[in-house]
Amino acid sequence: MNFIVNGEARVLDAATLADLLETLEYEGEWLATAVNGDLVHREDRADTRLADGDRIEILSPMQGG
Amino acid sequence: MLKLYDTELSSRLLLGTARYPSPAVLSEAVKRSGTGIVTVSLRRETSGGKTGGAFFELVRELGVRILPNTAGCHSASEAVLTAKMAREVFGTKWIKLEVIGHHDSLQPDVFELVQAARILTDEGFEVFPYTTDDLIVGEKLLAAGCRVLMPWCAPIGSAAGPRNPSALTAMRAAFPDVPLIVDAGLGRPSHAATVMELGYDAVLLNTAVAMAGDPPAMAEAFAKATDAGRLAYLAGMLEARDMAVPSTPVIGKAVFS
Repeated sequence: MNFIVNGEARVLDAATLADLLETLEYEGEWLATAVNGDLVHREDRADTRLADGDRIEILSPMQGG
Repeated sequence: MLKLYDTELSSRLLLGTARYPSPAVLSEAVKRSGTGIVTVSLRRETSGGKTGGAFFELVRELGVRILPNTAGCHSASEAVLTAKMAREVFGTKWIKLEVIGHHDSLQPDVFELVQAARILTDEGFEVFPYTTDDLIVGEKLLAAGCRVLMPWCAPIGSAAGPRNPSALTAMRAAFPDVPLIVDAGLGRPSHAATVMELGYDAVLLNTAVAMAGDPPAMAEAFAKATDAGRLAYLAGMLEARDMAVPSTPVIGKAVFS
């Protein structure tokens, strides 16, 4: 399926958000995720089914002022 | 003691974590500042979580409270989503709410700010709004549920110092019981001392420390200036006069001619 991951077009085989994170080798309890502008909690990623064209944001802690 | 929402803090300085020459210098600066709160942000993770993970570990080891920001957000909806994602990652209700109105001046968009503050307060957040020194915006933010206000004193990263001290004074007078933190625009320790002398409760700074020649030493200098300003405010300062007033008593002076 086609996804936009952190602003980049990707073609990936992922049924759920948890699959997508695993496919892209994301790991760590410090990640935050959103699909199409809505927060997806850590515990809901495995149950969050993805559709073609979904926009996924994967954020993590960074320096800030 | 400074009280922000229900947390008491002995330090009146809040420190940002960006733009330091190295993680080790950042850690040392945080320690030398004596701060109890550091600000952090969330950004797109591109290396599978490793970059953010290393920084997350560093910040946790500092042993201070974390105040995540919504830096770079240009609308209420963007800021609200970022705040929710920050709560998920950092496990805190605190959010430094920034909604930027213009990418050059980094001036807050106060209309979107008030809207986001209301939504986030309703969702259980404790909001630290980065705002201007406008009194009506301050009132609206308080009505939206904020219990702290963080006016700028000059544009972010400008190091210009208090550009409009009388507006800051008016804000202090308008909100005597609300913790007021000057956020953004401080460049030198004397700037921090100045706003603390005006009765501000704390200062938040980043660039002035991070980009200094010796960031840990500058962190300590700011901490001392902040404390000095606070002490002076509490001690009660003289008003400036136009004429000289002799400090040595005139009575009893010898007359030689």
